[in-house]
Amino acid sequence: MMAAAILLFSLAALLQFFASYCRSLIAASSKQALSPEVKDVTGFTKGACGDDFARVIQLLHLCPERPEERSSVQAIGAYFRLIGFLSATLARVMPSLQAWTEFERTQCAYFAAVALDRRIAFSRDMLAQQMDT
Amino acid sequence: MLGPYEYAIWLICTCLEALVVVCAIRRNALRRYLLLNVNMVASVLISIARYNILSHYGFSSKEYLYFYYYSDSLLTIALYLALTSLYSHVFAEMEAAHYVRMGTVLLLSGTALFSYAIVQQSSSKLVTHFVIELSQNLYFVGLILTYVLWAAVLKMRETRTRLMQLILSMGIYFSLSAADFALENLYHSHSIFFGYFTPLFGCFLPLSWAYAFWRVPEEARIVPRLALVPR
Repeated sequence: MMAAAILLFSLAALLQFFASYCRSLIAASSKQALSPEVKDVTGFTKGACGDDFARVIQLLHLCPERPEERSSVQAIGAYFRLIGFLSATLARVMPSLQAWTEFERTQCAYFAAVALDRRIAFSRDMLAQQMDT
Repeated sequence: MLGPYEYAIWLICTCLEALVVVCAIRRNALRRYLLLNVNMVASVLISIARYNILSHYGFSSKEYLYFYYYSDSLLTIALYLALTSLYSHVFAEMEAAHYVRMGTVLLLSGTALFSYAIVQQSSSKLVTHFVIELSQNLYFVGLILTYVLWAAVLKMRETRTRLMQLILSMGIYFSLSAADFALENLYHSHSIFFGYFTPLFGCFLPLSWAYAFWRVPEEARIVPRLALVPR
């Protein structure tokens, strides 16, 4: 009984800490402006959209990976799926959640676009270094 | 017996712990977050000592078993102290360091007494079971303390991004560990399953701390609009 109570409390806390952690990662990148190339490639010229997340992640996988970003991109991927699950279940019963989940999904897509921007810059730097040597 | 998977996770985890200290030194955050870094250094040293004992005496030896659980208990206490140092950061402007220290000692003593009260009724190997029980209870106390700290961060509108990420990483780690202990207690028969996942949880904390030290500058600020419930 005690173990079950601890388990329930821990899982509830885990969910909240995980969501807050992901939102802190997203918030840190939301102030960064996207380069015009990334805006063109992702189609974010008129603003980001949650449905673009999967496409941006596919583009992200085409670029050489930056090891320090791997865990954060995976965490945001998991957060996006969690929000998607909420959007498909709870948000249908509670309409007030719908706008919030869509906002969060959009923020996730923007985070992925910022990561893509960084990876493109990283690839360019690597290429420039190879050309120099 | 440890297999290649367990050795690989152990090695990765130890390297990540060392990486946290390297990142903190490179970003001039060693002194500011001293107890967090002391905790990581202690983890690396204990990992090396554990490996030495394992290779000398073997996995199923008493020496390794005792050393594993006693050192684990010490590391949990060190992590608990690291958490209280984050309290000091959050409440620095209120000059509440003295109260935080007093609360830390009281809560640690209370947890130790509670653990002792549980094991003395049911155990013949009192000291060994006491250190195991103390570790498990401290994980849960740590989780509650992190939750309270996070509530204080939101209430006080703390904006330091790095500090927030360090606290949240600790919250995730404590909740994962507490949930893991609870599941193990509920389902003893699935211990092989937990054997695969438990070591992975240990990698999360150093990985996220290394990220926070390396990628997030001390001056970075965000608006604390991070609660799960939409406003």
